[in-house]
Amino acid sequence: MNGFFVRKFVGFVATLVGASLVVFLALEILPGDPALSILGVDADPGALAALREQLGLDRPAAVRYLSWIAGLATGDFGTSYTYGIPVTEMVAPRLAVTIPLALIAMALSIAMALGLGLVAAANHGRPGDFGAMIVSQLGIAVPNFWLGLLLILLFAVSLGWFSAGGFPGWEAGIGQGLKALILPAVALATVQGAILARVVRSAVLEEIGADFVRTARAKGLSRRRTLLGHVLRNAMVPVITVMGLQFSFLLAGTVVVENVFSLPGLGRLVFQAISNRDLVVVKDVVMLLATMVIVINLVIDLVYRVIDPRHEVAR
Amino acid sequence: MTVTSQMASVQPTTLRGRLWPNGAKFTSLLVGGGLTGLVILAALVSFVWTPHDPVAIDIGLQLLGPSTEYWLGTDHFGRDVVSMILVGARTTLAVGAASVAIGAGVGIGLGLVASARGGWTEEIIMRLSDFSFAFPAILSAILITAILGPGTLTAILAIGIFNVPVFARLTRAAANGIWGREYVLAAQAIGKSRGRITVGHVLPNISGVLIVQGTVSFAIAILAEAALSYLGLGTQPPDPSWGRMLFEAQSFVFQAPRLAIFPGIAIAIVVLGLNLLGDGLRDAMDPRQNANL
Repeated sequence: MNGFFVRKFVGFVATLVGASLVVFLALEILPGDPALSILGVDADPGALAALREQLGLDRPAAVRYLSWIAGLATGDFGTSYTYGIPVTEMVAPRLAVTIPLALIAMALSIAMALGLGLVAAANHGRPGDFGAMIVSQLGIAVPNFWLGLLLILLFAVSLGWFSAGGFPGWEAGIGQGLKALILPAVALATVQGAILARVVRSAVLEEIGADFVRTARAKGLSRRRTLLGHVLRNAMVPVITVMGLQFSFLLAGTVVVENVFSLPGLGRLVFQAISNRDLVVVKDVVMLLATMVIVINLVIDLVYRVIDPRHEVAR
Repeated sequence: MTVTSQMASVQPTTLRGRLWPNGAKFTSLLVGGGLTGLVILAALVSFVWTPHDPVAIDIGLQLLGPSTEYWLGTDHFGRDVVSMILVGARTTLAVGAASVAIGAGVGIGLGLVASARGGWTEEIIMRLSDFSFAFPAILSAILITAILGPGTLTAILAIGIFNVPVFARLTRAAANGIWGREYVLAAQAIGKSRGRITVGHVLPNISGVLIVQGTVSFAIAILAEAALSYLGLGTQPPDPSWGRMLFEAQSFVFQAPRLAIFPGIAIAIVVLGLNLLGDGLRDAMDPRQNANL
């Protein structure tokens, strides 16, 4: 048992270190001099050298890497080249948009997946199954940013129920904030929910023929209770695996969808930082997103154990 | 419906239960092939004919509605939407094919090596591929764009790299299943090298799975390319691309909402087509499923 946690933890730290190396090295080989891009090509050589020193660019790469990591670990993310303010200050308010967006989208996609998947599995081989799977195929085929546009067309342009984008800020009230996140969350959730629905369907179908299902029915449990209490619980392992993978796609999807709806989130920040070649911000935000994905994957691994103790034996 | 009858539908003995999945499989293959074929045809036609010049700018013709002259109207630069969609099909298919080729080429190679050599080689390749899942396609694309600058090649590279671990894992898993088979043991017994067994026995026997993954990856690549182009990180103007068209259309959703619709339909058609094709192929190539369903 302990061996399992130690192994998971070592793997987790190794992945984090690896990811940070990739991010650091990727931006290290970037052509161009940040000091030059800040001051412009006809800058005074003395000023350039001073700025390089101030940004720490004169130090060896290994030192810069270590001080970056030490900074991340202690909450000092460095200072943005373009805005001259600490990256932490830029990231915090944006996390307050991206995290709720991803969570709402995740909840929506799970609800959609369980609904569609169970309907399909319970009606296996019949029109209900076929219908649910057509809906799922369509959901998978629609790009999230286009769905976002269509939602804007319908709910903002035609019906006028929502604004076409932007975020009023949580200060405007939780209701206003949530309202601004609904359409983006639906756009994000639909594709993932459609994919997950297929996983739910096949996982449920795998389990539905098992002996314990017959036992549950024989002892008098209703169809619904058998399906929700026994079949679904056993079918959850593959479903949760895919859910974990999907959370990373959802986070990545926020980059696109935040741009569709002009939401001031992390995704939009990293995108703007690229346009401004603000590498400190790119480095930090990409690392932050990658860290979230790695943490989620760790959590998923641990959650397995709770739902399915057999998992340990199987490994 | 009772659970007993649910079980019956998992392992059907009725004529209808037996016919239905086969019918569905055939439908998937047919519809998927048809939709994909349609888009390939559009791309091919665009080489020899488009109704108008897809890059010709004429502000006097901007934002025209659909007419017999301009079937789907014109955009804010007065460019013909039909012509742009036709030429956009080329970009879409080219980026999709090239990135899947990179992912499959490198990934299948790594997966086969991992499976054939085992031990440390396998461990390292698999840990690396686990690790790369920490970078979803868009993130790696952002990193690569930050280095190379935006463009079609960047998009191909970013999506291709994302596909490498996908193919590596699948190939290794499928190949490991083949290495234990009797005919492989027989080949080893007569002294064939691991390399020759890989090429002669393993690869041909896992090609079905890989082809199916190829179609699915193709669909994902098309979605990714559209997203990157929408963000301005992919195909650059004046080359028409569906993602880019949607980005430009967003500024005119109030004046010309139709501009935000047609390129999206084109994307959905090709992705739906490829996914259905993948499903149909998977069912057709997996005899085990025929027995189960």
